[in-house]
Amino acid sequence: MSENTVISTEHSHAHGHNEGTGRIWKIFWLLSFVTIIELAIGLFLYFKSENGGGPGLGHVVVLTAKIIIGILTLLKAYYIVSVFMHLGDEVKNMIMTITVPLVLFVWFIIAFLYDGNSWKNLRNTNAGSRKNSIENVQPIAPVKNGVKP
Amino acid sequence: MATAAIQTNTKSWSGGRSPFNASYGKVMMWYFLMSDAFTFGAFLISYGTIRFSVNNWPDPNLVFNSMPFLGHANLPLGFVSVMTFILIFSSVTMVLAVHEGHNMNRKGVEKYMIMTIIGGAAFLGCQAWEWTHLLTGEHVALLKNGTLSVMNTTASANPWGLPATHEAMLLALQKTPHETLVQIANTLHHGATETAYATHNAASMSNAELTNLISTSDLHLNNVGRPAFGSYFFGITGFHGFHVLSGVVINIIMYFKTKLGHFDQRGHYEMIEKAGLYWHFVDLVWVFVFLCFYLV
Repeated sequence: MSENTVISTEHSHAHGHNEGTGRIWKIFWLLSFVTIIELAIGLFLYFKSENGGGPGLGHVVVLTAKIIIGILTLLKAYYIVSVFMHLGDEVKNMIMTITVPLVLFVWFIIAFLYDGNSWKNLRNTNAGSRKNSIENVQPIAPVKNGVKP
Repeated sequence: MATAAIQTNTKSWSGGRSPFNASYGKVMMWYFLMSDAFTFGAFLISYGTIRFSVNNWPDPNLVFNSMPFLGHANLPLGFVSVMTFILIFSSVTMVLAVHEGHNMNRKGVEKYMIMTIIGGAAFLGCQAWEWTHLLTGEHVALLKNGTLSVMNTTASANPWGLPATHEAMLLALQKTPHETLVQIANTLHHGATETAYATHNAASMSNAELTNLISTSDLHLNNVGRPAFGSYFFGITGFHGFHVLSGVVINIIMYFKTKLGHFDQRGHYEMIEKAGLYWHFVDLVWVFVFLCFYLV
């Protein structure tokens, strides 16, 4: 029994690597296929956009397409890490110590892109301009027809 | 007694064996890669923040649309997909080298390491071409001061702002100094099929003639864009390219160590595995660089 448990842990280490190369090639074709889909969506966006001589696309369509491309990229990342880098064959504790800290990226991406977007909104409404905010301070003397005293 | 001792040892954290069932070097390589992922992540998110915060970020399809030997053909996503496939394929040859290493097949490891090194060098060559193309490609841009300028795409110059109207160009031509007009007229020669311009000697023409020549040409004029575009592009692809370069150097060292039989003496090819982890990481980062700079 006890020897069995020792052997099985040793064995699990070797297990992932001693398979044939079939899985590697399968993942290669999968990665290529996903990349081609990404390129197809990218080219679709280009040829439909005004820059590409198309009619122009709605904001929602562009955003949806870009989110799909993003998800496909995460899928590629998953297969590279889990199969090519053999992380999927490692002990669960080790997988956790590497992947759990990466969850910070969820906050990181949402917070910073939201911040960037908010910055743009301020820029466009001119509320973020220092010059404007100084001018918006309650005038001491009344201003007539935009002419300052 | 003996049974009890072995059973205690099989518990991951009671000592006597690696709780992660992996060597120190491999675990530390993983933690290095995790920290490097945060470095690249921070760069890319910073880029995203700036891109989200400004209006009219350049459309990558307009900037990256060239191929070597194909002149001015408009091929958005073309060259970069070649680079992507080169890197994916070199990742496959690397994982095959690791596989041969597990089978203790020295010849197999050598063969696949060579292929991986060639893939990495090909990728670097592509990147060198792309950088050269951007850094030397001349574009006419409308500056904020109302004059025209001939610009390259560099870390601090970006000629890829919004398209300028013909009226704006006519107005700007009046203010633009003579030397710049000559420069602009000379860039028109590069306009591939426009051989008619080649017969003109721009330097000897008057301002009025130059203005007339430029305003009647099909010059594509953009407003000057945010310098952050070039800074982020060259900064991040440069940082990635440096990773590729160091990966190629590591792979070359691993190839020679394999050839000299170091790993056969050691009894295992774990160094190939560790080099492989680094190489796959380089491919992994490219997947995200490809997404952020070219696809979206």
